[in-house]
Amino acid sequence: MRNSLFRIPARFLRKTPLWNLHKEQNATMAEFAGFDMPMIYKGVSIPQSVEHTRSVCSIFDVSHMLQTRLTGEAAVTAIESVCTADVAAMPDNSGSLALFTNDQGGILDDLIVNKISNNEIYIVSNASMAEQDFAILETAAASFGCRLEKIETGLIAVQGPKAAEILQKGTTTDLSTLSFMQGADLSLFGIDGIRATRCGYTGEDGFELSIPAEAVEKLTKKLMEDGALLAGLGARDTLRLEAGLCLYGNDIDETTLPPSAVLLFTVPKSRRAQGNFPGCAEIVAQQKSKPDEKRVGLIFQKGKPPARQGAELFKDGEKIGRVTSGGPSPTLGLNIGMGYVPLELAKPGTQLQVKVRKNVFEAEVTKMPFIKCNYYTAKK
Amino acid sequence: MSLVCRRIVQNLTTINFTRQLAVTHRQLNLLFTDDHEWVKVENGVALIGISQHAADALGDIVYVELPEVGDEVEKGDDIGVIESVKSVGNIISPVSGEITEINEELADDASTINRAPYDDGWLVKVTVTDDTELEGLMDEETYAEFCAEEDN
Repeated sequence: MRNSLFRIPARFLRKTPLWNLHKEQNATMAEFAGFDMPMIYKGVSIPQSVEHTRSVCSIFDVSHMLQTRLTGEAAVTAIESVCTADVAAMPDNSGSLALFTNDQGGILDDLIVNKISNNEIYIVSNASMAEQDFAILETAAASFGCRLEKIETGLIAVQGPKAAEILQKGTTTDLSTLSFMQGADLSLFGIDGIRATRCGYTGEDGFELSIPAEAVEKLTKKLMEDGALLAGLGARDTLRLEAGLCLYGNDIDETTLPPSAVLLFTVPKSRRAQGNFPGCAEIVAQQKSKPDEKRVGLIFQKGKPPARQGAELFKDGEKIGRVTSGGPSPTLGLNIGMGYVPLELAKPGTQLQVKVRKNVFEAEVTKMPFIKCNYYTAKK
Repeated sequence: MSLVCRRIVQNLTTINFTRQLAVTHRQLNLLFTDDHEWVKVENGVALIGISQHAADALGDIVYVELPEVGDEVEKGDDIGVIESVKSVGNIISPVSGEITEINEELADDASTINRAPYDDGWLVKVTVTDDTELEGLMDEETYAEFCAEEDN
């Protein structure tokens, strides 16, 4: 999520297919990545929304994200030429978190790459980087004789421990066979043509559903009848922080390399060995020489103001790093954050100080995620 | 309070405030600023808080930073900060004078502001040195119209 300091008149903003429902539900709307998006809904505070997601189920409108489909005989080669995932090694109908990188190894965006088959790749990436991402993919498609199309459907994330149970009522597909990051074509409550991926960005079990635009409101209302509550981008940002997940533009950007961001797991060894994506040599070099600084989790002293993006970190009076995301965690009842610190100060338990306005107080380096993530694994 | 909300809630929503204003404040005699603060002057001292409308817009308030007793403030000064889960708002002094008292209870439970912004959720008391500074503040009805206009 990016900060938007300038208010753009709502009439110039794009609307998702769920915009009418957001208004009907009295959401407080704000601009995000050129879209008029719900931040919170009337009568449901952010802490309540977070709690409902962690104990029951919430629905997030993420239709603003860029969805693309890359097709052709060389689709796997094409996508691998611009991102870090080992798509060739992925089974059909599975997805992976991956990165678009530049020639310096910097992160241009994070994305979910789904391999439908060897000839078809389905990609979901950040709304804030949509223009850049589409251009990257267009160039890759052209270079390898593939076709690229923008998918203009509704996209919702249904997240929480009851997500599978709620969706199962509407489909004959056995969802218990789908593990985290696996995908399937579904018919849900009589609506056909839904692409489901068992993922999300909250740390909970759940599904992202790409739904024909004309049917997304009907399906969302159906899920709401069964106990799911709409949740806004405010809750989503808090949930992803609790789950230790990066927000592009805050926690990672084009100057951050994956080892420093602790995202080397998105760059498999096989791809590092092949060396055939932008900046691979630089990423391998940083991995070998160790990065100067590393992304860590932070828990801040109780009773002090929340440390947010931009707060400076100190050790013995010396400025050593910065907070890249931060805020209250309703689940933990603590102020948490993530930020970058020198490698020698990155060990969990390290005591640091943080400055918020004129207050200087304690910050402790901690492991992430802050909460136990509940990703689902199918029984064999 | 100037709503310099750095992250999210930028659009104020009209949640119940017209009704509440009608019921409660007519007797309270509050004046409102266009920074969504209220002022009540008694014996040369201004009691200051934020409006229900502002409290609702901020959402769950988690932290309040107030000035110190004895601080000299000018009208328009940034004298504190109110933070909710996703927003940060600055408290702007509506008058010039000396801080005579702050609401210490808020350090333990800042959410009092959400529950009772016109009562237990007050913020500070400031001596009023120049009565003319109060001219131009809005009564409840004008403030309600001001909020409705701002929302559009």
